[in-house]
Amino acid sequence: MATLPAGVSAADFNAAITKFKAAVGEKHVFTSDEDVALYRDAYSPMWGTPQELLASAAVAPDTVEQVQAIVRAANEHKIPLYPISTGKNVGYGGSAPNLHGSVVLDLKRMNRILEVDDRRGFALVEPGVAYFDLYRHIQEKKLKVWIDCPDPGWGSLIGNSLDHGVGYTFGAFRDHFGSHCGMEVVLPNGEIMRTGMGALPGAKSWQDYKYGFGPYVDGLFGQGNFGIVTKMGFWLMPEPEAYQSGYVSVPKRHDIIALVDHVNYLEHIGLIGQPNYSSPLGRAQRNEPDLRALVGKAGGPSDEELDRFGAAKGIPSWEVELQFYGPAKTVAANWEYARERIGASIPGSTFRDGHSYRFPMTDEQKAAVEHKVAVGIPAMSIFSIGARSELNPSPTDGHLWFAPIIPKTGEAILESQRAFAKVYQEFGLNVGGIFQTPATWIYRAFVMIVGMPVSRSNKEINAKSMAAFKRVVEVAAEHGWAEYRSPPAFADLVADSYSYNDHALRRFNEQLKDAVDPNGIIAAGRGGIWPRHLRGGRKA
Amino acid sequence: MKMRVLALFALMGIATTGFAAAPGKAQQIAEGEKLYKYWCSGCHGPGIGQNGAPYLPGETALRAKYKGAVPGLLHERTDLTPEFVKLFVRQGITIMPFFRKTEIDDQQLDAIAAYLTRNSKTK
Ligand SMILES: Cc1cc2nc3c(=O)[nH]c(=O)nc-3n(C[C@H](O)[C@H](O)[C@H](O)COP(=O)(O)OP(=O)(O)OC[C@H]3O[C@@H](n4cnc5c(N)ncnc54)[C@H](O)[C@@H]3O)c2cc1C
Repeated sequence: MATLPAGVSAADFNAAITKFKAAVGEKHVFTSDEDVALYRDAYSPMWGTPQELLASAAVAPDTVEQVQAIVRAANEHKIPLYPISTGKNVGYGGSAPNLHGSVVLDLKRMNRILEVDDRRGFALVEPGVAYFDLYRHIQEKKLKVWIDCPDPGWGSLIGNSLDHGVGYTFGAFRDHFGSHCGMEVVLPNGEIMRTGMGALPGAKSWQDYKYGFGPYVDGLFGQGNFGIVTKMGFWLMPEPEAYQSGYVSVPKRHDIIALVDHVNYLEHIGLIGQPNYSSPLGRAQRNEPDLRALVGKAGGPSDEELDRFGAAKGIPSWEVELQFYGPAKTVAANWEYARERIGASIPGSTFRDGHSYRFPMTDEQKAAVEHKVAVGIPAMSIFSIGARSELNPSPTDGHLWFAPIIPKTGEAILESQRAFAKVYQEFGLNVGGIFQTPATWIYRAFVMIVGMPVSRSNKEINAKSMAAFKRVVEVAAEHGWAEYRSPPAFADLVADSYSYNDHALRRFNEQLKDAVDPNGIIAAGRGGIWPRHLRGGRKA
Repeated sequence: MKMRVLALFALMGIATTGFAAAPGKAQQIAEGEKLYKYWCSGCHGPGIGQNGAPYLPGETALRAKYKGAVPGLLHERTDLTPEFVKLFVRQGITIMPFFRKTEIDDQQLDAIAAYLTRNSKTK
């Protein structure tokens, strides 16, 4: 056995493993090096170094009772557990723990779809249910609801939402934690708790009303370490009649400010789903050597220089794809309204129609949709970005997501582009830059996400990405921005930037942690929250 | 039960090597095809990719790697061996991570390998 949790004796570890085997069956406890290696984070920036965060073993229950038995045994022997649902959190830590030597509690086998109601619009699922599974179920039963999926469809509704994951349709559904309703949790003492209306025996509305009565505690289980979620409800969107997208382009750098305000209005009043911003001028760099030279000049180009270049070539600075869902009539009218509103306000703005679909779609029609998640179809095509291709003949072995939240304004986009680009340039990383547009999954904020390269064979690449990551977190904090989610290697650093009033929030969380999980057995370090006996080892 | 049936199929497969796939082998291949479609075809199946990519990422990658020497779609290949298939599933490659045994267990991996090597000249 290569790895033992720190401070745990071999005798205790072996005794716990014996109890885990008794609970779930020998076949579902993994202790061989070969099996445990499959829990490594495939995108770890610490791959193959002494700092890599490794599991000591894994145990895979099939029922809630088995989860309880595992938690009780872990408490008895003080074994740190790290729960995963489908374990596909690559870029944010994969299936590896925050605390080296933890036993991964792999919930993949608990994969039952317990209920889907297409009249009230919800699903109740277990942790191992992947987006692909729920989609198939809905299709087979011809239910009239859509799932809001993250880009990769192989992840789970529960794991994704518990990491505050995000998707692609309407704002209310894109926030996957925000659109959950009701949880069942195995607490660190092995007890089962249901939240919201689920606390009412015989409740008829567990998946309809979130808050029940009293404080709303669900938030503790997202990016937290207060329990193991064994069931969760999610609200689903009704299948609309039609989808139409339309593209709006604006010529100048500073037009992004008015553009974002209009698009925010359209979105917050409920007329559009996710807006997709991009930069035609940024894309033009590939074929415009003069533009590349301008961008690469010492100190970078001014906004006026870029505007002059764009005007001379007829290339707009910014574009946004607006996505309309609903009855065919109102979708068309809403697109017309958006054109009128933006056209009257931003000189030089131009418009073109995008895709148009009617639902339900045939299999052939679905196959022809490029961004399937925009119409609620889980897919894996996002890996087109990053996979080996003619343009990318030497792909990396993954990436670290740096995902800072900035305000939903054009000013914040322009400011953060330059602030982050400076750091990336300093470290020689080919990410971000002055044409970067925000990810817009989160309803009320932007995320200026970049993927920093990692390698399983070249430790220098990893060292550079880690150093850049550390620096960019600091730069973000200086500007009042911080990450919404983090790979375990940086969880302490990120948590450290949320330091208002001498870390009052973290101190509060850790007070709760001590009360709820005194032995610190659940996901130590997740969310930057450590049990008392491990606080000295904090990385930040 | 499942174990015994599979063992039986394996025996039958061995007994008929060199002939058309035996029923046991055929069943394993059919099972492998189902598993392949579930676990692999999201990237390695036919279909379009994102950002204008004409193929899904797995096919794009293998086309770029082999430059037409072998088909870009794994299920059309005739040069794969079971060991080769298993190596990539358990070790991953570039941005493709490896798969845990709770996702694809060893028997299921054998079935996927059987499916992908069903037309292989070297087995
Ligand atoms: C190319 C690419 C694109 C991506 N696109 C997106 C995207 O569009 N949107 C997005 O959100 N993410 C995206 N991701 C990140 C990630 O792949 C997904 O969020 C994925 O769904 C997370 O994996 P999972 O669902 O298997 O969760 P898991 O890995 O199972 O869980 C994530 C974490 O949540 C906690 N957890 C899980 N289950 C439980 C439980 N039952 N109880 C308590 N704690 C638990 C654990 O700490 C775990 O590590 C992307 C990644 C890549 C590489």
